Amino acid sequence: MAVTAPQVRRLTSVETKLYLREPAVIFFAVGLPIALMLILGGSIPDFREPDPALGGLRPIDTHLPAMMILLSVLTCAFSLLPTVLVTYRERGILKRMSTTPVSPVTVLGVQLVLNLAMALFTTVLMLVLANLVYDVPFPQAPLAFTGILLLGMVSSFAIGLLLAAFAPTSRIVQGLGMAVFFPSLFFAGMWVPHALMPDALRVVSEFTPSGAFGAALVDVLATGSAEWTHVALMAGWGAVAAVVAVRFFRWL
Amino acid sequence: MAIITVQNLRKQYGDKIAVKDVSFSVEEGEIYGIVGRNGAGKTTTVECVAGLRKPDGGAVHVAADLKQQVGVQLQESTMPDKLRVGEALDLYASFYANPASVTELLDEVGLDPKVGFAKLSGGQRQRLSIALALVGNPKIAILDELTTGLDPQARRETWELISRIRERGVTVLLVSHFMEEVERLCDRVAVIADGSVLAVDTPAGLISRTGGVHRVTFRSTVPVESLKSLPEVHSVTVEAGQVTVTGDQNVLRAIVTTLPDSAISGLKTETSTMDDAFLALTGE
Repeated sequence: MAVTAPQVRRLTSVETKLYLREPAVIFFAVGLPIALMLILGGSIPDFREPDPALGGLRPIDTHLPAMMILLSVLTCAFSLLPTVLVTYRERGILKRMSTTPVSPVTVLGVQLVLNLAMALFTTVLMLVLANLVYDVPFPQAPLAFTGILLLGMVSSFAIGLLLAAFAPTSRIVQGLGMAVFFPSLFFAGMWVPHALMPDALRVVSEFTPSGAFGAALVDVLATGSAEWTHVALMAGWGAVAAVVAVRFFRWL
Repeated sequence: MAIITVQNLRKQYGDKIAVKDVSFSVEEGEIYGIVGRNGAGKTTTVECVAGLRKPDGGAVHVAADLKQQVGVQLQESTMPDKLRVGEALDLYASFYANPASVTELLDEVGLDPKVGFAKLSGGQRQRLSIALALVGNPKIAILDELTTGLDPQARRETWELISRIRERGVTVLLVSHFMEEVERLCDRVAVIADGSVLAVDTPAGLISRTGGVHRVTFRSTVPVESLKSLPEVHSVTVEAGQVTVTGDQNVLRAIVTTLPDSAISGLKTETSTMDDAFLALTGE
C-alpha cells in the first residue's frame, strides 16, 4: 500500500518535534560547529592570514569552514541518524510500525531527510555568520559547492546507515559511531590539514570517504572546483555502503 | 464464522523449533486466549497471525486486511521517550483509512495526552499500547502479554479495558501466561506447550477436565493417615504441620466426619482453578 502525503507530513512533523526535543542534538549538530568556527576564527590569528597557497584566501575562508561543515555532517551521519534508527529497532518501534499501513521505511526516509536538512541548515547559517563576522566570502562556485556538499552528505549518511544495519543495540551503535567519527575527522584534515600531512598519509587520507569529502570541500571553497578522483571516491564509497546497508538492514 | 484460522503452523529459527504444530480458529467477536509457559511458542504464533513472521509450514488465514484491520499490541514494544501520548495516538491514527476518535480513545484509556512516554507508569504504557492497537478501528486486536509486570491494581484496570473492547465488536486474540486473566476474559483458550496445542476449550471446560478438584488445607493435632483410605480423597500431603487433602466435591465432609472436631484448626477449602487446569494439562 502506498504511503500518502498526509501520513508522511504527520510523521515528519512528529519526528522533527522529537528531534528538536533533544537539546544535545541542537548542540552537537548546530551549535558546536558554528561556535568553533567563530571562536577558532577569532582566536587564532593564523586563520586570518592570507595564504599564497590558497590563491590569497585565508584558512578561515577555506579550511576552517570546510572542517566545521564536515563536523556537522558527520555528527548527523555517524551519531544522530544511526542512534535513532537502532534505538527505534531496539525498542520495537519499527516492528510496531510494520503492523500498520505505513511501512517503517518511511521513518528511515524521514530521519534521513531530517538529518540532511539539519546539516544543510548548519552549513548555511555558518556561511552567513562567517560572512557577517569575518568577511568570509560565500562559495565562489555555488553550484559546485552545493553538489559536493550533497554528494559528501549522501555518502556519509550511507555509511551511517551501514552502522545502523550492523549494530545490534543502541549502545553499540553509539560506540561504533564514535569509533568511526574521530578517525574520519582526522582523515578529513580536521587536526592536520591535508597540505601539511606527509605524502603517504595524505594519499591514504584522501582515499577514505571523509578524506575525499574534506579535500573536495576545501578545494571547491579555495578554487571553485574539485578533483574528479575525490568526487568519484565519494560516490563509490557511498554506493557501496548504501547497497550493503540496504542488503543487511533489519527491521525487527 | 471463523475470522482467524491457523492450520498446522510451523516456525523455526535456525535449528530451534519455536512452533511445531499449532492449529486453532477464532470466531468473530470472541476473546480468544493463547496460554502457555514462556518459550512455548505463543508470541511466534501470534506474530505469524499478525503477518510479522513468515510461517515455515502450515497456513494462516485472517479474514481481514492485516495492515488496516488488525491492531497489534506487541510484547516489549515501546515508543520514543519524548513522544507525548496525544502525539502518538494522532500519528498512528493518521496511518489508517478509518481511524477511531483519538479524544474518545484517550477518554476510554484514561490517559493525559500531554504526558511524554518516558513519564508513563507500566500500566499507563500498556493502556497506551492498547489504545494504539485500537486507533485504526480494527476488526481484530492482537494483545501479547499485556499485563506482565503490572501491579494487581493496574492489571485489573487493564482487564476492564479489554472487556470493553469486546463491546466494540472487536475480536481479541490474547496471549497470556496468567491463568486468572484468561479465566476472567476469554471465551475460549488454546493451551500451548513446546510449540504444540495441548487443548482448546472454554476456561470452565478446561477446569472441569481436571475433574473439578477440591483442595482442603488445615492443621491437625492427630495423625491424618486414616484419610488416605477414604473414597472421596485423592491425595494427602503433610508439610510443616500443614495438611493438604485433595479429592472430589465431598472431600470436606469426609474429612470432618473422620477426624475429631477438636483436632482440626485453620480449615480452608479451594476448588480448582485455571492454574490447576493448566498445570494438569502441561503435566506438572
